[in-house]
Amino acid sequence: MSTVTRTTSAATSRDADGAPGTPSTTGPAPAPTQPEWRRAFRRENVVATLVGGYLPLVIAVLIIAAPLVWMLIASFKPASEIVTPDPTLWPQDPTSANYALVADRVPLARVFLNSVVVTAVGAGIKVLLAITTAYALVFVRVPGRNAIFLGILVALMVPPEAAMLPNYLTISALGGRDTLWGIVLPGLGTAFGTFLLRQQFRALPLELVEAAELDGAGHWRRLWSIVAPVSLPAIVTVALVTVVNEWNNFLWPLVIIDSPENMTLPVGLNLLRSIESQTGAYGVLMAGAVLVIVPVLLVFALLQRHIVAGLTQGAVK
Amino acid sequence: MAVTPVAPARPAPRVADPDRRRRRRSATSRRHLTFVLLAGPNIALILAFIYFPLASNVYYSLLDWRLGARTADVVGLANYVELFTSSRGFDVWRVTLIFTLATVVGSMVLGLLVALVLDRNLPGKTFARTAVFAPYVLSGVGVGLIWLFIFDPRIGLLGHVLRALGQSSPNWFIDPTLALVMVIVVYVWKNLGYCAVVYLAGLQSIPKDLLEAAQLDGAGPVRQLFSVKLPLLGPTVFFLSVTCILSSMQAFDILRIMTPTGNGTNTIIFEIFLQSFGAYQRAGYSAALAVVLFVVLFVVTAVQLRYVERKVHYR
Repeated sequence: MSTVTRTTSAATSRDADGAPGTPSTTGPAPAPTQPEWRRAFRRENVVATLVGGYLPLVIAVLIIAAPLVWMLIASFKPASEIVTPDPTLWPQDPTSANYALVADRVPLARVFLNSVVVTAVGAGIKVLLAITTAYALVFVRVPGRNAIFLGILVALMVPPEAAMLPNYLTISALGGRDTLWGIVLPGLGTAFGTFLLRQQFRALPLELVEAAELDGAGHWRRLWSIVAPVSLPAIVTVALVTVVNEWNNFLWPLVIIDSPENMTLPVGLNLLRSIESQTGAYGVLMAGAVLVIVPVLLVFALLQRHIVAGLTQGAVK
Repeated sequence: MAVTPVAPARPAPRVADPDRRRRRRSATSRRHLTFVLLAGPNIALILAFIYFPLASNVYYSLLDWRLGARTADVVGLANYVELFTSSRGFDVWRVTLIFTLATVVGSMVLGLLVALVLDRNLPGKTFARTAVFAPYVLSGVGVGLIWLFIFDPRIGLLGHVLRALGQSSPNWFIDPTLALVMVIVVYVWKNLGYCAVVYLAGLQSIPKDLLEAAQLDGAGPVRQLFSVKLPLLGPTVFFLSVTCILSSMQAFDILRIMTPTGNGTNTIIFEIFLQSFGAYQRAGYSAALAVVLFVVLFVVTAVQLRYVERKVHYR
């Protein structure tokens, strides 16, 4: 490993958060880094790379991907190709009938719209509240703000399920049962986003805000013209995690919603399941699963770095 | 040259100036107002929908009360006694323990294996990492539906594979033990990618010279794993076990979709739901379960926070 090879395709060898390059021991050139892939495919390594590296990697990816692929394919199969002792991988007679059937069993357009509205409004307000609360905790000096932060931290530990029954009674008393705002309201208080953004804001250089203060900018302007813009990546992370959680939220909407036209997608699919699973109409159920899974999968594929960072927060320090 | 001292940046020492004092007081109260305007709504919501429910649950848990009934009898700790002594209560603890233990160990072990492969930094690693993590962000309801189809004894993918191997498919939906195994498998599938990504971050922060030193000393890959990597992963393993326990104990979507009646899969969360909103409508008993769940999760989190506090500068 003494020769130093330079490569132009550095992008394939390492991703941005990736490993530090292998330090070469005797390289004469400055800061030599051996590209990982070049090393991986050297003749003496190629067997280890394939058997010890790619084989388990491919198996893992297959185990993860196969159910999702099976879902997508089955959603386009007619019932006869699903209730069969020897199924084919590819639909012989592809059809979109399953999607039409989902729309027939539940008011699909309405349910999908409900999910979009609940997710957008819920996540929007939550992120806004997280930003303002975190700003107040970090930059507005009032006595007792650390105690308040501790209170928010403890709220982070309360599983929403433990608050479900009393919230059900509260929302019912307010007339929010079986309404969209009844789904959104109890989840609006945000501990997670506040916690994350407070950390981010505390890490900002103080001069940044002090300069604005000397310029006579009030808190509101300091927040929106300085603190929020420079913290945009953290805010995006919080927003994405919140959106995904709102979209997938199931237990609370299940409890508070009765009529199909007020259901969100997961609750509508639960209804669909209770109608269809006895009959073995899995094509319809797979079409339903596609509708709730694929939007998140697309968002995740595009913005995975932010989402992974947000969800594994606390682990990587 | 006589130099007049530069005026101090701070204002002159406070004198008995009533005007200034009033200005100061109004500045303070303006600051309080700003704080309330910015943080108040969130704090009010957290009080109303997290703290208030916590307190009222404690009260409800002392009642024998059917959801929707106008009257209720105070029964003291009878609901708690039932949870810890009745056979159904015992079953809830047994299922919760098995489910939590199996899913935590399963996703942590498989996650570690995946992370070790990802740590080889082969080309395509980023894609593989993304793919493996993906199920973690997907709707539990959607995931439950997919696996319902796969586990279907008559026409599911798993049944086809088993029959091709000359076996017959057991009925996963009816046998309580198999139902529990089934939801554990699905839950591990959904969560192992999370563990893998967290492990990977831990692995990649291990200084390369440590591994090279071990290599020079003649340590093979296995020896490197057990003598260098795993010991250094200690904090990661601890963090993961806590977060996995927390999320496993709150798992609901997959259980509800795959086993709607909770036959063999009624973990404590599921039981809270079934008791108050299922057929039983026993709000008081359900509240007692919620209180116990909160206490358990609180203790687990508190242990973690203590630990994180001490270990945050570990490396």
